[in-house]
Amino acid sequence: MTTIPSPLITELLTPGIDFTRMFSDIPVGIAVLDLDHRIVFINQTFEAMTGYSLPEAYGFPCRTILRSRACIQNCPARNSKKKSRPHSFENDIINRDRQNIPVRMTLAPIHDKEGNPVGFVETLEDMRMIKELHVKKSHAYSFADIVGRSPQLERVFQTLPVLAQSDASILITGETGTGKDLVAEAIHQTSNRASGPFIKINCGALPETLLESEIFGHQKGAFTGAVENKPGRFRLAHNGTIFLTEIGDLPLALQVKLLTFLDDKVIFPLGSTQGFKVNVRMIAATHRDLEQMVRDKRFRQDLLFRLNVARIHLPPLRKRDGDVRLLLDHFLNNFSSQMDKTIQGFSSKALNILTEYAYPGNIRELRNIVEYAANIANEPVIGPEHLPAYLTEQATDRASADEDSLPYERNNTDVENNGGPTPAPVSLPKTWALAERDMIMEALIQAKGKKNQAAETLGWGRSTLWRKMKHYGLDQ
Amino acid sequence: MIKKILIPRFLDEVAPRFDLATEAIIITLSRENRLEEQRTVVLPQASSEKLCHLILTENINTVICGAIEEEFYQFLKWKKIIVCDSVAGPFKEALARYMEHTLKPGDILWERQIEGRHV
Repeated sequence: MTTIPSPLITELLTPGIDFTRMFSDIPVGIAVLDLDHRIVFINQTFEAMTGYSLPEAYGFPCRTILRSRACIQNCPARNSKKKSRPHSFENDIINRDRQNIPVRMTLAPIHDKEGNPVGFVETLEDMRMIKELHVKKSHAYSFADIVGRSPQLERVFQTLPVLAQSDASILITGETGTGKDLVAEAIHQTSNRASGPFIKINCGALPETLLESEIFGHQKGAFTGAVENKPGRFRLAHNGTIFLTEIGDLPLALQVKLLTFLDDKVIFPLGSTQGFKVNVRMIAATHRDLEQMVRDKRFRQDLLFRLNVARIHLPPLRKRDGDVRLLLDHFLNNFSSQMDKTIQGFSSKALNILTEYAYPGNIRELRNIVEYAANIANEPVIGPEHLPAYLTEQATDRASADEDSLPYERNNTDVENNGGPTPAPVSLPKTWALAERDMIMEALIQAKGKKNQAAETLGWGRSTLWRKMKHYGLDQ
Repeated sequence: MIKKILIPRFLDEVAPRFDLATEAIIITLSRENRLEEQRTVVLPQASSEKLCHLILTENINTVICGAIEEEFYQFLKWKKIIVCDSVAGPFKEALARYMEHTLKPGDILWERQIEGRHV
């Protein structure tokens, strides 16, 4: 069994300083390597970025854990000129969750008292936010990635910076596609914790047993297969923000554990009797009506009270006066520059259809419609023929259909008046997803099952087609 | 059943990154799990797309690789290819372990060492 040393720094202050603790809270990934580039130490941020914990990484070659571009192409630690002085460069890594993360890396040699090199120290800064800055910079009518100028959203924009500066728990409610995740990330990025990690957990994505180990971590030997200590997402989010999305799907047993954490800010990993003090800000989001869930005894009332310190309700798109037009132009600009197309705008007929539509899928649906239109259109102006068929087919009888398909619209009037929850959205008879599925089927039939040809017809890449086919279950 | 395995290679080890590998070894195992053929394919340039294309055209059953992006991992899985990812270490040992049925995703086959000493 590998024993990880916990060294002391002596001679700096009278009492020895715990090396591990000193670096664990710094919001930059730090690794110490020996002269053979073997990992001697990594701090908590490094663990969070790569997905490997110190016990897992200890003694292994740096490239095995870091998995960066430089490891293969131009590792500065192997370059005799570069390895004698600090070297900083942009790079990317693929972490254990298979995410590609742009980073800025700095590698510097470390020396003993006589000036002999004894190893390297490596730092890792997450550049994701900076890389996205050019898209985000100076959007009028926007806050981070959220775009809108309606009075309803204006109110949200006014609240967000104030809430971001506080450290209170926040509950974000709103229908699906209204941008709850974006708001949570924006709050983190504009808060004092911006340099700390932003860790997101989807409470509905994992079974209860896995979720507990994922959120709170586990102790080696806690259950079959727990061969290493796992820090858990809460510990990885130390000094940052933890975002619990779909909190309404959190099993009751875990709600109790979360409640305990909110009370004393100490987490107990699965199988451990020792607690860890964690400093995290909690943001939760849900599209469910938590008050109703409390009444149905599916959600703990005391947890709701603790989460509901500040609540942000994101209005559905149909209630955001004038934002549909703004968002249509915003997304069209984005997609046409992404696709290298020169689309100037929408024809008046197309605009009529688009502005009249109710968008039950909210901004996500609007964005998909614009993406579809931008893909299909080979002309500078998008007309009704470039819009998904379900929009134009239903245009005539939409008025009556809206009445039937949007029962939650009436509920929401009350909700917004009293600042209450958002009821769950209802499933709709005809959606964009359905239309896209039909479109794929049609293209595949026309191409006699040849996916390359179908992808070409649709104006997509092969990988986009397979991803969407997988999404709609057409790959069976 | 005859099995075909592909291992993206960097020097003598499993390439730490799928998308940056410029070489791949294709191994054919007989029905009796014996090594029948081993050949190296040199790619004109490192690219996940090209490597995926090679995997499909060569009718590979299993890919043993290091870090791979989610998109390509899902693509290969969708194509019913077994992907044993996050494997690090000498490719010969990875292959040997695969043939012994003891290789798992995430296995690091290097010895833990600090300053030249086993830890």
